[in-house]
Amino acid sequence: MADLTTDFLGIKSPNPFWLASAPPTDKEYNVRRAFDAGWGGVVWKTLGEAGPPVVNVNGPRYGAIWGADRRLLGLNNIELITDRPLEVNLEEMTRVKRDYPDHALIASIMVPCEEASWKAILPRVAETGADGIELNFGCPHGMSERGMGAAVGQVPEYIQMVAEWCKQYYDQPVIVKLTPNITDIRYPARAAKAGGADAVSLINTVSSITAVNLDTFSPEPSIDGKGSHGGYCGPAVKPIALNMVAEIARDPETHGLPVSGIGGITTWRDAAEYIALGCGNVQVCTAAMTYGFKIVEEMKRGLSQWMDEKGYATIEDFRGRAVPNVTDWQYLNLNYVTKARIDQDACIKCGRCYAACEDTSHQAITMSADRVFDVDDSECVACNLCIDVCPVEECITMERLAPGTTDPRTGRVIPAEHADWTSHPNNPMARAAE
Amino acid sequence: MTSAHTPGLAAGRLDAEEIASNFADLHPAYDPHEAAVAADRCYFCHDAPCITACPTDIDIPLFVRQISTGQPEAAAQTIFEQNILGGMCARVCPTETLCEEACVREAAEGKPVEIGRLQRFATDAAMARQGHPFRRAEATGKSIGIVGSGPAGLACAHRLAMKGHDVTIYEARERPGGLNEFGLAAYKTTENFAAREIDWLLGIGGITIAQGKALGKNIDLPALQQAHDAVFLGIGLAGVNTLDLPGLDLSGVRNAVDFIADLRQADDKTVLPVGRNVVVIGGGMTAIDAAVQSRLLGAETVTLAYRRNRAAMGASGFEQDLAATQGVHLMTNVTPIAVHGDGAVQEIELERTHAANGTLKPTGERVRLPADQVLLAIGQTLAEDAGLATERGKITVSGPGRTSLTGVWAGGDCTPGEDLTVVAVAEGRDAAEDIHAALS
Repeated sequence: MADLTTDFLGIKSPNPFWLASAPPTDKEYNVRRAFDAGWGGVVWKTLGEAGPPVVNVNGPRYGAIWGADRRLLGLNNIELITDRPLEVNLEEMTRVKRDYPDHALIASIMVPCEEASWKAILPRVAETGADGIELNFGCPHGMSERGMGAAVGQVPEYIQMVAEWCKQYYDQPVIVKLTPNITDIRYPARAAKAGGADAVSLINTVSSITAVNLDTFSPEPSIDGKGSHGGYCGPAVKPIALNMVAEIARDPETHGLPVSGIGGITTWRDAAEYIALGCGNVQVCTAAMTYGFKIVEEMKRGLSQWMDEKGYATIEDFRGRAVPNVTDWQYLNLNYVTKARIDQDACIKCGRCYAACEDTSHQAITMSADRVFDVDDSECVACNLCIDVCPVEECITMERLAPGTTDPRTGRVIPAEHADWTSHPNNPMARAAE
Repeated sequence: MTSAHTPGLAAGRLDAEEIASNFADLHPAYDPHEAAVAADRCYFCHDAPCITACPTDIDIPLFVRQISTGQPEAAAQTIFEQNILGGMCARVCPTETLCEEACVREAAEGKPVEIGRLQRFATDAAMARQGHPFRRAEATGKSIGIVGSGPAGLACAHRLAMKGHDVTIYEARERPGGLNEFGLAAYKTTENFAAREIDWLLGIGGITIAQGKALGKNIDLPALQQAHDAVFLGIGLAGVNTLDLPGLDLSGVRNAVDFIADLRQADDKTVLPVGRNVVVIGGGMTAIDAAVQSRLLGAETVTLAYRRNRAAMGASGFEQDLAATQGVHLMTNVTPIAVHGDGAVQEIELERTHAANGTLKPTGERVRLPADQVLLAIGQTLAEDAGLATERGKITVSGPGRTSLTGVWAGGDCTPGEDLTVVAVAEGRDAAEDIHAALS
């Protein structure tokens, strides 16, 4: 039986599944339910300064997009940080940490970019017994208009400055949560590291409008006929997040910086992928909001099962294994030639591969009068679109043409050795072969 | 008190509530959520097999997608452009042998997209709205006479009216609709749908129905040709086959077509007499409709006796299963020998058959079943050929319904091809296009 326990920055938790700072972690009641349901850790809903708390809208806070059968694919929210008094949150956190000492409890914080503000709140957070803090430099909506959240995360100098204050006034691990609403994620990550942060977590939500109401012409969610961009999350953002995690993992300046992975984690498989890209744990929100806290049970059992099948005893056994395989396009092997193969027994003859290839790609799939679909190797560039649109998993696969055989499309014999763009004759910058 | 066990023919074997529940919609209407879930399952196939399988070539993936994107009325327009009786076809088409059999999800999972019910969802939505969805072209001044107001005649009439022609439909019976009104099982087309659909269809304008006009009785082809620029015959199969059996004159023996028509026309089904033990002779859709409805009226036992095996039945597997589920005994490889009784039928005598090399041979083994009602469902025949060339008992046509006589078209059950509502619609529509081309 695989050991799912994790040690992230010295913070122990029974499994790598933490709830991200978000509505599900806003209150003692919810967090106790989460720990009882089996979540390994919780990042408490973001705390603001002492004094009158922020207010939230009193109309809808969420918008969504759906796939078939109304499966929720993406969720967008315009909820701000906690709208409950700081004192209440701190008292609740203290009680929860006392009652759940083996679970991770992290305080998420968002206060103005002034040293005094951070200096004031950090000791109070420390008193709760929280295992660490996460700096919310990510929320793209509402608070960013007030110079906080993503407004900080978009300026590397601010990230470094605040991280330094936190390391100065707080002696437990400091995690910087990054916004994806930026051109190159490596810059804020480098700034966090330069500021002394112990880790980064990413991604926060993506600026978004989920829909426009065609009766009122208001963006959704609509507040009295008006809408404001929200933060987008859920399965739809996972590819964006994975890439950003990978960028940080393979950047020489930040390589090895601990990462807590966030973004659309819905199943054990998603979590394993983040960990394979180097994450020490993962944070989940939308899946819990969609299905309830019990969803963690599938994640834990699934990850454990897969680790057992693969022979990984601990999370560390496979963590980061995918990082060396993330590379630049220019290094991809151009002598790796594949062709689509259609399993005629599995094919249900919907013809989507044909339509996709014929209309939008390379005319490499043929269709007979009796709806048999075949691949024309002399046209197939192995783009994978047929596989992506096929409703039957594994019906179409890619088969590698062995080196030494001739690619019917190019008429070239496929060399065994690696060759990429860096040495390709069409590349004006090509380096001479050595 | 009358019950399932009351001997002989008796009405009211079940109380009104049970009858109403028994004759409720076989495939009830979807609510919007059900429709959304069902529509999501469509893969939007390329050159979709369901379209090919539809005799009227409805663009099914398109209309299903229109439902899933929240526009059932636009979906209905897609349907009606090809099949103006899309509402009835949604209810009565044997989809299990047409579009749904061809659905790739039938191949993939044995569970096709429920195209028939989705079509009903769309067409119901559109028909609930006031008004008619099509407009007539400018008047052409041409006039077409159509004989028969069944699905072929109605489809032909609507398409011609749309093109700007004036149409007169000659109908022999007291109500229009043909088999949509007088045939079909009552649980497939509930709440007077056939009549409502005709009212809606006539909303196009330019169509007049002349009732009490029967070809060969009080109208004839030469006069019709004289009066109109073109003639379309959608006269169906008004005759019924019979058997040469002793005892057919006993009371309690009748043809299933009339039994079904009575059921369709009855405002109150509790007054319809049905036997305690009913035997239906035949293996087609009519036989199934008669057998199932006998059970639903409260017959204690219903036996469907067919001379060949189940695979050879004209009724689809779905219909056979429906009958079996309703408690109809499907008795195969038996042929009727005689009906016995004293004034009223009491028994039917059957002989086992054996099929060898495609020919059916009696085995000599006989069996008698108690029967106080025997319904014959052994096929219908062309009652009037109007002097036109025929083949195998149907009016010969070439191309889109052209008969042997120039200026006269025909379609529906009176012409070769499958005897289905949806086929009749296709033939009526296509003949209309050909007539229009000929008159333009």
